[in-house]
Amino acid sequence: MSGPPAVWQAAGPVLAPLAVALAAISIIVAAAGENPAAALRTLAAGSLGSREGLAMTLFYTTDFIFAGLAVSVAFRAGLFNIGVEGQAMAAGIGIALAALYAGALPGALALPALALAGAAGGALWALVPAWLQARRGSHIVITTIMFNFIAGALLGFLLNGPLGAPGSMQPESPAFPAAAAMPRLDDALRAMGMTPTDTPLNLCLPLALAAAFAAHVLFERTRLGYEMAVLGASPPAAAYAGISPARIMMLAMILSGILGSGLALNELTGAQNRLILEFTGGYGFVGIAIALTGRNRPAGIVLAALLFGALYQGGAELAFERPKITRDMIVLVQGLIVLMAGCFGARARSGEA
Amino acid sequence: MVPALEFIGVTKRFGGVAACNGVSFQAAQGSIHGIIGENGAGKSTLMSILCGARRADAGHIRLDGRAVNFASPRGAIARGIGMVHQHFMLIEAMSVLDNIMLGAEGGPLLAKGRAAARARLAALERDHGPAVDPDAIIADLPVGLRQRVEILKALIRGARILVLDEPTAVLTPNETAELFKLMRRLRDGGACILFITHKLGEALDVCGRVTVMRRGGIVGEFDTAQTSAARLAEAMIGRPVEAAANDRIRAPGAVILRARDVRVSDPSGAARVKGVSLDLREGEILGIAGVSGNGQSELLEALAGMRPIAAGTLAINGAAIDARARNPRAMRALGVMHVPEDRLKHGLVADFPASGSAMLGFHREARYGGALLDRAAIEADCAAKMARWDIRPPAPNLATRGFSGGNQQKLILAREIERDPLILLVGQPTRGVDIGAVEAAHARLLALRAAGKAILLISNELDEILALSDRILVMCGGRITGERSPGGTSARELGLLMAGAADTAA
Repeated sequence: MSGPPAVWQAAGPVLAPLAVALAAISIIVAAAGENPAAALRTLAAGSLGSREGLAMTLFYTTDFIFAGLAVSVAFRAGLFNIGVEGQAMAAGIGIALAALYAGALPGALALPALALAGAAGGALWALVPAWLQARRGSHIVITTIMFNFIAGALLGFLLNGPLGAPGSMQPESPAFPAAAAMPRLDDALRAMGMTPTDTPLNLCLPLALAAAFAAHVLFERTRLGYEMAVLGASPPAAAYAGISPARIMMLAMILSGILGSGLALNELTGAQNRLILEFTGGYGFVGIAIALTGRNRPAGIVLAALLFGALYQGGAELAFERPKITRDMIVLVQGLIVLMAGCFGARARSGEA
Repeated sequence: MVPALEFIGVTKRFGGVAACNGVSFQAAQGSIHGIIGENGAGKSTLMSILCGARRADAGHIRLDGRAVNFASPRGAIARGIGMVHQHFMLIEAMSVLDNIMLGAEGGPLLAKGRAAARARLAALERDHGPAVDPDAIIADLPVGLRQRVEILKALIRGARILVLDEPTAVLTPNETAELFKLMRRLRDGGACILFITHKLGEALDVCGRVTVMRRGGIVGEFDTAQTSAARLAEAMIGRPVEAAANDRIRAPGAVILRARDVRVSDPSGAARVKGVSLDLREGEILGIAGVSGNGQSELLEALAGMRPIAAGTLAINGAAIDARARNPRAMRALGVMHVPEDRLKHGLVADFPASGSAMLGFHREARYGGALLDRAAIEADCAAKMARWDIRPPAPNLATRGFSGGNQQKLILAREIERDPLILLVGQPTRGVDIGAVEAAHARLLALRAAGKAILLISNELDEILALSDRILVMCGGRITGERSPGGTSARELGLLMAGAADTAA
């Protein structure tokens, strides 16, 4: 079968909705009484036009890659994980506990320990709904949504109590020790004698790209990925093939929770350096949109994350420079992109059949 | 006389492929006209045009000499076309009467429409013999009666041309005989019936004339009085058919699989297999006949490890299979391979490329790679199977759903048989596949038996059971109701056992 090259196959579902989204932005901006061309220029310049803008775009992209991968790995196995947000919060608690109570670790071991603690927190938070689905038949969409609320409440309790910074009125933990800070792009720039960007872009970006590659290998080249895909595509066929649904569901959700923990690692060790409320910023939910737009393929997810990262950063600039345009409009545009990706994706699928 | 129904040069293309290509034939009032052909020959497309579901690209249809061109199924129904689909379109929780008036209620209040429908049903019963109790709930009716409700539904809407799409596929031989009686009465009453089938014997039995389709065109029209099944089959597939020679000369070997008092319940707890004992010997094909829904499927899946066994024992070569080993993976390791009844639900993953389906269940084996799957090896394995089994198109990367039913089935047979089974469990090996694939499947099963393997065959096709089996067990209501040898029984006798008649044989 001859088809378009693989790169285009991954990029097509992202680029086509982008074109529609830009047209939609223009109309919305014009309706708000601003000049669409100027707004688009601001959007592009704010997200890609400067070193700072680009670095912030890539910082958001890192969050979105992790969140998108987390959704997609569960979706492969037929599970709709709405709980990436809560899993990232649980991962954040794990990271904070490790940072605050195991601070005596030597520098080189501190960050891997934090990452492991975060992964454990995310995996644990994903494992309970997975177990409930596999053994008790509780629908994972419902349980993961509920676990988001539980994680949020737990985070609030911890920050107002045991993990709260002494003497602070804010719901936040004490600052992490210096060894718990992820190396930043700025550190490298300073070392090379260049001007720092004053952005939190950090080592988590290459980590996210490595995770995307690992997810690609998992999906395409491993037996676990094959069994997940069989279960996701046809549970009866999985039963016929002797694939244990419970085992695959739990493994897929554990992996999903671990990937979601990358979001917490990026935000807490890269930007905040403390545990705060709502550090997840709803990015766990954006992961659903990323996975849909990227059509559940790691390459597509990276591209979709870049697109959403640019919209986030450019949108913030736009709202700052032109008060008539609010961030809600950017959310509207994101919604349109997901909708368009759904439409284009459906068309591509019916074309395949 | 003007024919009741006439196709004139009807052509329908999908993409570049002509599903129907200049189809012309006539069917007279008061006749049963057979349309036979393999899957993909264009029968269904032709009927969908007649019923208004699709529009022809060229050509037209005449009813009683007047050209018609239906824009929708509603238009076709209004002109007296009645379609009885292979899969019933009935609402199980509703009564016969309510199903019959569905879509023709005659106003917002039901009482008047109900009374009218009841009166028309009574009239139909008077004209065509025993009908169905109008107040019975569909879910309580056997398949044969449900089909009758579908036919009554069409008649009550004034159908003069009745299309029956593979109506006997779900019936017992006795129900089939009842259906044919009804069809003949309707014919004598002046109806024009189009009977679509792939069972040549039935076409010869009940039809006056038979039109044979192949690759979208008509390849012949035969008077049933002056033709034979062999000639029809030859026209259908374009070459002489070689029935697989079945020489049952071997003495049965040692018992390979022994099942004693096996009981299986469905997930809701209802007993589906109620104490079945059987011995499967090496070098034999043990056929299990039965109307679908009488526990054969559950028995097959339980033996394959897909369903838990509630009670009873299993042993392979004398060694008991304990509950821990009763799962598909462990059973495969013991040499029990399984060709499932529903190939698209269980046997394959429709969305996967063929190569992905060709390793389903065996994907853990080292031949497909070490820690990482070896794409090239997987595709080469699939390509080799395709070459050995003549699977077309030979494209390992094509989506599984893109293959015809016969080629999908060959892919499953290749996967299971090439893994050198000790025991092969086979469910409906030729359901919905073309004659070429039937020949291939039967020949491979007989060759496997000749190699000394033990084969358990479940099929709704009595002809298939009779042609292949060395022994036949009949199941009804979850129990074995009789055992026969294929030489010493008839389809009629098996049909009675399948319907639950007590076994009176000595």
